[in-house]
Amino acid sequence: MVRFENVGLRYGLGPEILRDLTFRIDSHSFQFLTGPSGAGKTSLLRMLFLSLRPTRGLITIFGHDIATLTKDALAPLRRRIGVVFQDFRLLDHMTTYENVALPFRVMGRTEKSFRTEVVELLQWVGLGERMWAYPPILSGGEKQRAAIARAVIARPQLLLADEPTGNVDPDHAQRLLRLFIELNKSGTSVLLATHDIALMDQYDARRLVLHEGRLHVYD
Amino acid sequence: MSTIDAGIDTLRSDAAEADAEAMPLPRFETPIVPKGTVAGRALIAVIAIMTFLASMTIGAVVLLRNAAGDWQADLAREVTIQIRPAAGRDIEADVGKAAIIAHSIAGIADVRPYSPEESAQLLQPWLGGLALNELPVPRLIAVSIATNAPPDLGQLRRALANQVPSATLDDHREFVDHMRLMSRTILAAATAVLLLVMIATVLSVTFATRGAMAASRQVIEVLAFIGAQNSFIAGHFQRHFLLLGLKGGAIGGAFAVGLFGLADFGDRLIVGRAGGEQLSALFGSFSIGFAGYVLVLAQIVATALLTAAAARHTVNRVLAAVQ
Repeated sequence: MVRFENVGLRYGLGPEILRDLTFRIDSHSFQFLTGPSGAGKTSLLRMLFLSLRPTRGLITIFGHDIATLTKDALAPLRRRIGVVFQDFRLLDHMTTYENVALPFRVMGRTEKSFRTEVVELLQWVGLGERMWAYPPILSGGEKQRAAIARAVIARPQLLLADEPTGNVDPDHAQRLLRLFIELNKSGTSVLLATHDIALMDQYDARRLVLHEGRLHVYD
Repeated sequence: MSTIDAGIDTLRSDAAEADAEAMPLPRFETPIVPKGTVAGRALIAVIAIMTFLASMTIGAVVLLRNAAGDWQADLAREVTIQIRPAAGRDIEADVGKAAIIAHSIAGIADVRPYSPEESAQLLQPWLGGLALNELPVPRLIAVSIATNAPPDLGQLRRALANQVPSATLDDHREFVDHMRLMSRTILAAATAVLLLVMIATVLSVTFATRGAMAASRQVIEVLAFIGAQNSFIAGHFQRHFLLLGLKGGAIGGAFAVGLFGLADFGDRLIVGRAGGEQLSALFGSFSIGFAGYVLVLAQIVATALLTAAAARHTVNRVLAAVQ
């Protein structure tokens, strides 16, 4: 599904912050991405959701070499990847329902075709009564669940989550982890970036550890 | 029951509670691009002000152009024959003879000799109520030229020189040339001011649009990351900002057109009064005419298109940064 070979990344003329990354993300797999703050987790995630290109090496995503991708080819690939941002990135001028339905809207689907699906997912993540609420009045946990719902609504093949439990209490973090595991069981590959060791200890999954710009894989 | 199932059950129990109350289904009614933002309102204000200024400048240029054309046409439509008093000559006979000669030339529309009283009236502002009968005051003949078939003034000049030696023909050429130069200079200056205003409009609208779009950066990024095509994102922003541009342009343009309408109305009110005649002689009509209104309208549309283009350009720059 995703393949990195000797990938390196530097910003401008600065030092290489990611070096010789070589790993794969297979279909239906679950993995944690961890490492100390500033190790480059977010940069690696940005390369995975195609918002950053490596300075060297080869990245193939769903069989496409990203170095040869045209701008028009990016959108269809991104639709196969769900992203949960650390800061949620919900659109404040839209209701929770509209934020979650947004991926369908940009696909050009009619509202009739997706309304029930969105409502059911919102109810499933416990936001059934907050569908009309705007993000500024949602709690941190509610925003998190709305962001996750938006990332998974279009049934992506790969789900990337950047510190998705960073803003919630341990109990809620555990519930979110269960949600990701459930999604993985339904066929989505999950990459969960976190530095929460306790959270990782709750589930036996592959760990990708970034340290001093290099990646160590623990299967 | 496993821990996972227990967690999912907890989430589902929330859903069950939500289902308990029958709620109306939500609808996706909010536009993709946020509406009614402070930045959007500020952009409308900037566009309205710049459109108003540009429209006023266009109107001023049109008025000046029309007035300059009228001055030149008025001067070119008339020549003057001057009969100087000369020893041994009957000035009245010379005036009559010169008028007959002028009449005989093809392309002369009207010949009107000024009577001694009218000539005295012309000199009154400079000489006061002095008795002019004792002075050798020249006599004037106003000759109107047919606009469709102008006469051969050289022929008239030669005929006068042969038959009325004391007569001279003044075709106002020097004055017309001066007027033409002056009006061209004024028009060039006005056009330069118009260009500067248009450049200022382009710059201020472009930067105001970029400023208004700064708040939309997150919207653009989120849309890109969830798989929206560039054309989808750019199209929404372009339409939104085109509407803002049209709204601002319509407000500014409407104020300008209203002002021109008021000036035109006022112009018609004062026609026939002493001050009005002087204003009309100097500036012509205050109406910018159909062409003027078309130019103002074109300027509004151009400003709106510029706003949309600036928005699209900014969207493309943001997209390039996240791709």
